[in-house]
Parts: sequence; C-alpha cells; structure tokens
Amino acid sequence: MMQVRVWRGKADGAFQEFEVQRHASQTVLDVVTHIQRVLDSTLAYRFACRVGMCGSCAMTVNGVARWTCRTHVDKVVKKEQIEIAPLRNLPMIRDLVTDMSEFFDKWTKAKGRFEGARTRSDDFARVFPDSEDRKLVDAGIECIGCAVCYSSCDVVSWNPDYLGPAALNRAWTLVKDERDSKKIERLRAVAGDAGCHSCHTHMSCTERCPKQISPTAGIAGLKREVSLALFRKAL
Amino acid sequence: MSVKAQTILWVTQRASAAVLALCVTVHLATMVYAIRGGLSAAEILSRTKGNAGWLAFYAVFVLAVTVHAPIGLRSVLLEWFGWRSASRDVFLVGVAMLLGALGMRAVLGVFL
Repeated sequence: MMQVRVWRGKADGAFQEFEVQRHASQTVLDVVTHIQRVLDSTLAYRFACRVGMCGSCAMTVNGVARWTCRTHVDKVVKKEQIEIAPLRNLPMIRDLVTDMSEFFDKWTKAKGRFEGARTRSDDFARVFPDSEDRKLVDAGIECIGCAVCYSSCDVVSWNPDYLGPAALNRAWTLVKDERDSKKIERLRAVAGDAGCHSCHTHMSCTERCPKQISPTAGIAGLKREVSLALFRKAL
Repeated sequence: MSVKAQTILWVTQRASAAVLALCVTVHLATMVYAIRGGLSAAEILSRTKGNAGWLAFYAVFVLAVTVHAPIGLRSVLLEWFGWRSASRDVFLVGVAMLLGALGMRAVLGVFL
C-alpha cells in the first residue's frame, strides 16, 4: 500500500490522503483513476488517450509537472508516498483540473496559426527535410500542448503576461517555416516584456518537456530573429 | 512602451553587458596588478590625475553601468513587485541619472 496525497478543491483547497494498493507497471494516472472509481467518485481529473498522445493528463507529481499516463509509480514514489496536485501557473477549476484557456489564448497572441501565401490552385511547396530551417522546425514541431513546460516556467509565475515556452516554441516553428507569410507580424507578437525577451534561460521547460523539445532553444532563436529584424529596420 | 522600444532595450542591455565584461576584467586585473607591491592612495592618484586614457576608460565603464543596470532592474521590478506601469520607466530614468552622476563624480574625482 502507498499513501497518496491528492489536491482537493480550488486554490484554497487542501490535500486529501488515500491508501492505494501498489501494482506492477502502475502509472500515476492508474492511481488517480483508482481513487476516482473506487475510493471517491467526486474526484475531478482530466485524461483522454492514456498513452502519451493527447497531453490532457498532465499534473504536478511530487512537485514536478508530468504526464501522469507516462509516469510509473515506481519512478516517483518516495517512502511509499506520492503527492498529486494540479498543474502550476494555471487557474484551478476543481481538484486536479485546471483551466487551460489562458494557456491556449497565449498561442493565439503569439500568432501560433500558420498563414500561408499559396492558394489551393498553386502547386505544393517543396520543403527539403534536410534544409537547416526545416531541421529547426522538426526539432520543435512535436508539441502536443500539454502545458508541462508552462507549468514548470518560473517566468510565467512571476509575470502572468509572459506568453510561455509552448506558445513561443510554436511561434518559432512558424518563423522557420519557409511557407509562412507572416514572419514580421509574428516576431512583433513574440518580442518584448511579454515575449521571448523575458525568458531567463532557466531551461525548466526543456528539462521537463515529455517530448524532449527544447523551447529554450526556440526562444533563443526568436531573440536572434527579432534582433535581426530590428537591425534591418523591419520590426 | 512599444515592442520595438522593448527590443531596443534588450539589445542595449546585451551590448552594455559585453562592454562591462571587458571593463570589469580590465578594472580588476589593473587593481590586482597595481597594488601587489603595496601602492598608496596618493600614488594611485598621481597616476590617474590628468590621465585622459583612464578618464576615457572609466567614463565608458560608467556609461555601460548607467545603461545596463536600470534595464535589468526594470525586469526585477516587474517580476518581484509587479510594477509594470509607465511610472516604473520614469523611476528607472531617475536611477540611470543617479548612477551616471555618482559614477562620473567618482571618475572626475580621480582625474581632476
């Protein structure tokens, strides 16, 4: 048996303790599901795919943001105890569920939508996989929007306007996409106090990203691109 | 403040950091070298007074500090105290002027 402390309520809530049986290959999501199905059906949590594809089950496990579906209990349990809380830096809705609106709104603010110049009557763009820009895009493109990086970022907690690692990484993959036509507008959107220039390069996002993406590298790239745009009087 | 102005501040802070890295290195190395044999304050002043080279060097040093420190303080005031209004920038212009005035007073003190 292990002791599981689970956050209940909103920001003014508290941890509630449960006793859960250990099993082989048990994930933290299995533990939360067991609590909700067997011990307390009022527990609110969010999940969908259970296999690390959807990014909806991220929570704070023993103080670290993780995908609970891909975190084995064996790897995080300490003295037969686990503490499970909602993601940091996002408003709590209830128990382990956070409001992700702000997180995704910032993707929009960072102009995270592809804006091509071609129409359906044009031929396909030919993007070579071994081109330098495409390699940079590929390094950051696998983000599934789980908010683990956003939750791990100290700058987000200090400056609520900061766009955060995920939105900036998304903007970076578009800035380096040769088919995109809104590069300067996007650089304007991600520059300044709320954007890439506020990053302290702590690299918590890079350390915690379950997809091994380095938003820090993308943010550094944005700083370079914004500076170049400034020198070229394009900003 | 516009995004362009914020970007200029960021670039300026990085550029001034590069100048400071050089200035601090020269400053520390000179100090350690100069006093290794036990140099008195009067002997140091006799070398700096009227020396245009040291005046220029320390004037650049002070200018770099005057530019660099308030821009860094701008982020600290936002992140630690949530001070984001325009009054923050007015306050920081004051800080820059104070740093510049005190720094140049010290530089001229060992030159004149």
